Amino acid sequence: MNPADTPLLTVADLRVDFGGTQILQGVTFEVPRAGITAMLGRNGVGKTTTLRAMIGEVPATGRVEIDGRSILGRPTHTLVADGIGYVPEDRRVFGGLSVAENLRLAERTDTPDYRTAYQLFPELKQRARQRAGTLSGGQQQMLALARVLINPNRLLLVDEPTKGLAPKVVGEVVEALRRAAEAVPVLLVEQNLAAVRRLADQAVVLAAGRVVWRGPGADLLADADRTRTLLGVGSSKGHR
Amino acid sequence: MSTLILLTCTGLGLAALYFLIASGLSLVFGLADVLNFSHGVLISVGSYGAWWLTGQVGGGAGYAVALVFGAICGALAGTISEIVLIRPLYRRPMQQILVTVGLSIAGVALLDAAWGADSRLFPRPAWLRHTTDLGGALVPNVTFLLIAVALVVLAMLLAMLRWTRLGLVIRAGVEDRAMVAALGIDVRRAFTLVFTIGGALAGLAGGLCGAYFGSISPVQGTSLLIFAIIVVVIGGMGSVAGSAVAALAVGLLQQFMNYYASSMGDICVVALLAVVLLVRPRGLTGRTA
Repeated sequence: MNPADTPLLTVADLRVDFGGTQILQGVTFEVPRAGITAMLGRNGVGKTTTLRAMIGEVPATGRVEIDGRSILGRPTHTLVADGIGYVPEDRRVFGGLSVAENLRLAERTDTPDYRTAYQLFPELKQRARQRAGTLSGGQQQMLALARVLINPNRLLLVDEPTKGLAPKVVGEVVEALRRAAEAVPVLLVEQNLAAVRRLADQAVVLAAGRVVWRGPGADLLADADRTRTLLGVGSSKGHR
Repeated sequence: MSTLILLTCTGLGLAALYFLIASGLSLVFGLADVLNFSHGVLISVGSYGAWWLTGQVGGGAGYAVALVFGAICGALAGTISEIVLIRPLYRRPMQQILVTVGLSIAGVALLDAAWGADSRLFPRPAWLRHTTDLGGALVPNVTFLLIAVALVVLAMLLAMLRWTRLGLVIRAGVEDRAMVAALGIDVRRAFTLVFTIGGALAGLAGGLCGAYFGSISPVQGTSLLIFAIIVVVIGGMGSVAGSAVAALAVGLLQQFMNYYASSMGDICVVALLAVVLLVRPRGLTGRTA
């Protein structure tokens, strides 16, 4: 097999147990070396837990490998320092710190790439001195993404970046992700089908802690019945 | 009037002492989520370290060196206790609390075994034994030293939090430790450093306690700890500025009530704690700096 065809990330039989309840029951999927892989599924099926298990925030068993090297069980900070950028659900910016301080804290190298981040989100430059806690939800999401994008990454894990945002801001975030994905592969947890339609090259669908469908994103959304069965929503053009 | 001046000055002195103890405790609690019951022993370690050194080198300069030495002793004890005993238990808070309580008991017993349970006279330099006439009130000079040291420490802590990388990590970590790690930062290293800083400040406070009380004993630090914990809770966990304000309130209230309300100072402080908890459960501030 051509090395370029081998997946960047391999997740196999990933299991997470919370107090006797199996949240993940053997999740298996791959993320290719380019483009965006969207992870979909109804609320509570384990999408966020999958990301958190991969990044070491919750204890898990199974196999998670990047370029054939196991990363499961390694401390979160070492994984991120090694180039796995993580943008968690609900943004989690530091509200008491200014925008500039949030970004400075996130710098992982001596030469952070502020140019790209400010090109994507010029607003952040103008609001550098503003406390992040006083930003709008959309601005906080931009900051959360910028914190990751100022650094060199091998893989981005992005959890529901459009959640709770106004449609105009969703457009900006989607565009930023599309441009970020030109340089680095992205595993994107997303519920917004319009966003998935624009972004996803590959799709992974989770149900009850297991992967129930994998394939090209376009195939998933092209079949309205399949989308309805798997996700419980229609994927008509009107659902934008 | 002179009574008012005297009570205010001694209240400020006591507040300074509380602040030195509470600020480190607050940073440790705010960042690492550890309520360190062994913080009191670090004060005693500092006071015995300073006491030992003043026995070797006398005079004002000797006392200054002794204060630094006390701080170093406290810093070392704080750092070692974090690395050896507290670090392995970050995912087990109950065991962690038990370890710090055990360390506190064992630390007092060790000091007891080495130097006895009785108080030891602390050799103070001449200037600190005297008083200064301030508007008719004879204020003990040690009060001014306490206030000056506390102000310098407050300024240094605020500058550290505001302008250094460690300060940034601490302020962010107090809000969301896991997210700091998710930015690729080894937050555990910052935990150790706040234990070092907290230990140094407790040790410094220990050396000052010697001059303030005129004597030291193994349990002196642990008896002060309860008021420092009250200051931390009133000021808001993890907030240095909050600790400063709360220390002022507690120190002044305690001094005034001890004089005007027949030694009711301690009870009034506990009442103040109850009122703050009822009105603002997260303390006066919810912030770090």
